[in-house]
Amino acid sequence: MSELINKDIGEKDCCDIIEINSLNKWYGDFHALKDIDLKVKEGEIIVVCGPSGSGKSTLIRCVNFLEKFQEGQIIVDGVELSDDVKKIRQVRSEVSMVFQHFNLFPHLNIVDNLSLAPIWVHNETKQEARAKALKLLDRVGIKDQAEKYPNQLSGGQQQRVAIARALCTSPKIMLFDEPTSALDPEMISEVLDVMVELAKEGITMICVTHEMGFAKKVADRIIFMDEGQIVEENKPDPFFSNPESDRLKLFLDQILSQ
Amino acid sequence: MAIYSLKETKLPPQSQTKAILWLKDNLFSSVSNVALTFIALYLIYLLLPPILNWTIFNANFDLTADNQSCGREGACWAFIGSNLKMFIYGFYPQEELWRVNTMFGIIVALMVFGSLIKKSQYWARYIIGSFLIYPIVAFILLHGGLGLEVVETDKWGGLTLTVVVAAVGIVASFPLGILFALGRQSKMRIVKFISVVYIEFVRGVPLITILFMASVVLPLFFSAGMDFDKLLRALIGITLFQTAYIAEVIRGGLQAIPKGQYEAADAVGLNFIQKTVLVILPQALKISIPNIVGSFIALFKDTTLVLIIGLFDMLAIVGAATSNSAWLGRTTEGYVFVAMVIWVILYSMSRYSKRLEVRFSTEHK
Repeated sequence: MSELINKDIGEKDCCDIIEINSLNKWYGDFHALKDIDLKVKEGEIIVVCGPSGSGKSTLIRCVNFLEKFQEGQIIVDGVELSDDVKKIRQVRSEVSMVFQHFNLFPHLNIVDNLSLAPIWVHNETKQEARAKALKLLDRVGIKDQAEKYPNQLSGGQQQRVAIARALCTSPKIMLFDEPTSALDPEMISEVLDVMVELAKEGITMICVTHEMGFAKKVADRIIFMDEGQIVEENKPDPFFSNPESDRLKLFLDQILSQ
Repeated sequence: MAIYSLKETKLPPQSQTKAILWLKDNLFSSVSNVALTFIALYLIYLLLPPILNWTIFNANFDLTADNQSCGREGACWAFIGSNLKMFIYGFYPQEELWRVNTMFGIIVALMVFGSLIKKSQYWARYIIGSFLIYPIVAFILLHGGLGLEVVETDKWGGLTLTVVVAAVGIVASFPLGILFALGRQSKMRIVKFISVVYIEFVRGVPLITILFMASVVLPLFFSAGMDFDKLLRALIGITLFQTAYIAEVIRGGLQAIPKGQYEAADAVGLNFIQKTVLVILPQALKISIPNIVGSFIALFKDTTLVLIIGLFDMLAIVGAATSNSAWLGRTTEGYVFVAMVIWVILYSMSRYSKRLEVRFSTEHK
């Protein structure tokens, strides 16, 4: 950690890769995030859950500055996010995101989808980027689709491509914004399997998801949000077996009774 | 509990031939459709025979005939034959016609070669290179210089002029239109304001007014001795006009791009220009192809308006030829001919647009 941060924040744990301090965000007059404090250690797997509209997507979208925030502070790997374009790009080069609706580039084939950022942002040669792309596609199990276009793949395959694209820039942090919510039920497991593999490899992950099985299996911490604030935060076992707040109890009842 | 075995896949039943099915579905599907079919057939019966008689059966195809020997019961195609050179080249000097032909020849060669290498990785570079270099070559060929005798633009005319005006309008307005479309979407207030004002102003004014302004008002701003080429003025006017329309067409395409594409481009770290050029524009332009080509087709037709500022495009030349005393009364032949030539060109553009759509399609095939 750089001296700058230590001076700003005072004493703190040595390995926090993400630090969010009293973050507030409004959409117009709507108070979307209320005084969020969150620290994430390097290599930690965080699952964020909560009812829709609770601000969980907004929170992780603030981390790579897809959403601006009005108050508070986010420090990602020693860089404090602000309107400064340089800092935003620096953070984005270390943070990758997987979206609910995949957001692959439909005019580029799969390999080009993966190698776009390495070539243009990270100055890799075409050959390097392509080789790495094929390796990653192999890892998510769709190497044979490399020359196809996104719309020619199934939802599950597209999301695995999106994960590979996110990995292509060798990020330190991966953000998952409801990666399985738009998938047909039979395709969810193929995406979750890839995510479980990733989690084992020690990359820092923040996942917004309703997949409680996934959360139980890999999360180091689970965060429950409601109405723009963090309501409860715990390790997986106590989180499910011993929820404290009424809102979390209600939420777990609803989601686990399915 | 019941278990069902898998059914065989079968072909659809074919009790009637395809032709009869087609007739049933398209022409005789309801009482009103039956009525419309018969009305249409009656109109064809009324119109088609006289048209065919005039253009073909009673027409005189003897290209050496003159106005008297041609006869009046059908078309006299000798009128077209004997004026063809003027229709195509205007008043361009006889001995320099090879330059016009070369110009057309090169563009055909470029297109053929382009379609041969369209799978190659150099295709995009080839197209961009052609667009940058060819206009210069074409200008030198048509206008002269570099050892070629100068042919002033007031000698240009006919189909050549029509094509030059349309092509310059298309090629120049396309990149400008992209800039204004992006400008209108810009978060920078001033850029957005300028784009909106420009687009809305130009779209609110008829082309004919812009051409008048370019030819009458523009010279007022220059000192008396400075002669500003008439064709150049028309080209500037048409380009300014077309830019506004192309900008709006492309803005339509830009608006169809989902927000997720911008976010994904941001999230992988692309900067604004990379995001625009690599992610957003390719998709927006692809969606806009039919409308862009539609707008170019409209422009091609609008080029006939340059006759009001004294330029002789093909339509004006044909008009002039029909008032020649040697060919009095052959107006119909002239305009039918112009209509056919323009239709062939515009229909080709329309087909080409279809081909482009298929070529850039990345949908599930």
